[in-house]
Amino acid sequence: MAGEKILLGCGTTKIWILLLGLRIFAFMATLAAAIVMALNKETKTLVVATIGTTPIKASLTAKFQDTPAFVFFVIANVMVSFHNLLMIALQIFSRKLESKGLHLLSVAILDMLNATLVSAAANGAVFMAELGKNGNKHAKWNKVCDRFSIYCDHGRGALIAAFAGVILMILISAVSISRILTNSNKFSTAAASSP
Amino acid sequence: MVKLTKRIGGFVLRLAAFAAALAALIVMVTSRERASFFAVSLEAKYTDMAAFKYFVIANAVVSVYSFLVLFLPHESLLWKFVVVLDLVMTMLLTSSLSAALAVAQVGKKGNANAGWLPICGQVPKFCDQITGALIAGFIALVLYVFLLLYSLHSVVDPFLLQKS
Repeated sequence: MAGEKILLGCGTTKIWILLLGLRIFAFMATLAAAIVMALNKETKTLVVATIGTTPIKASLTAKFQDTPAFVFFVIANVMVSFHNLLMIALQIFSRKLESKGLHLLSVAILDMLNATLVSAAANGAVFMAELGKNGNKHAKWNKVCDRFSIYCDHGRGALIAAFAGVILMILISAVSISRILTNSNKFSTAAASSP
Repeated sequence: MVKLTKRIGGFVLRLAAFAAALAALIVMVTSRERASFFAVSLEAKYTDMAAFKYFVIANAVVSVYSFLVLFLPHESLLWKFVVVLDLVMTMLLTSSLSAALAVAQVGKKGNANAGWLPICGQVPKFCDQITGALIAGFIALVLYVFLLLYSLHSVVDPFLLQKS
């Protein structure tokens, strides 16, 4: 029974399925956040002046590239979703090799670093969105959301997906670290029991 | 001997991270400038922006946490908890730095499409102090990433060195 568990890799099958499910959700959440923010664009044409009977129109566009925080948001979410995709592939295809070498350690470290990356991206974007929604009286920056409401709605959806990704990445890091712990415990008890 | 140098290294790293977070906190809190502009005087302080307030709070939490962990004895079982809390503190640091940097960038360059004018031309000393605080915050972040790896290494034994 113990030999069978070691053959299957580290930890039990339940933790393996839990980790796979969490990674799939995190992949979908961060990919959705990146796509929704990348396609975020709204154009409004306003009549600026009227000469005779022909109105002169000026068009204003709100797009995500105007704000560097949103550009970082898109790039970071693409990177984290790619990381999750890679880890899903690694988890499915190298089940037997997990207890060898630095496999579990590098997965745990990468998970933690990507968790911090996605939290930075989501937080930077949310503060810029708050600035766009409420403006700032002290710096005399007027709000943007009352004129570009679709732009703000899409941004809000992308931010919610990114924060769901943040929570999922924290859970994934916790599960990855606990897998290292069970692995090291198993090896020390196995070595201790065989004199 | 090796264990002792590792412990001293971890202690020094945490002390440096505590100092950097405290420096970022203090520099941002003391940044304040009054500028008069056509008989209208405006005062720029860090509480004007929500992102700077979050930066101050996050760095305060990180400094207090680092200070408390400096005194944790090496044999206590709480070191497993320190790994988790180190990850949480790193995420706090990255998110606060990212938010403050995003807002400060708009303050320096403005946003032409939204009609937001840069404010750094009117309050240059304030802008310089904010930049200094952000640099200190970045140093604290880098040190905390190393601390995270160090705590993971010292608690989890990931290289499976214990053959006995």
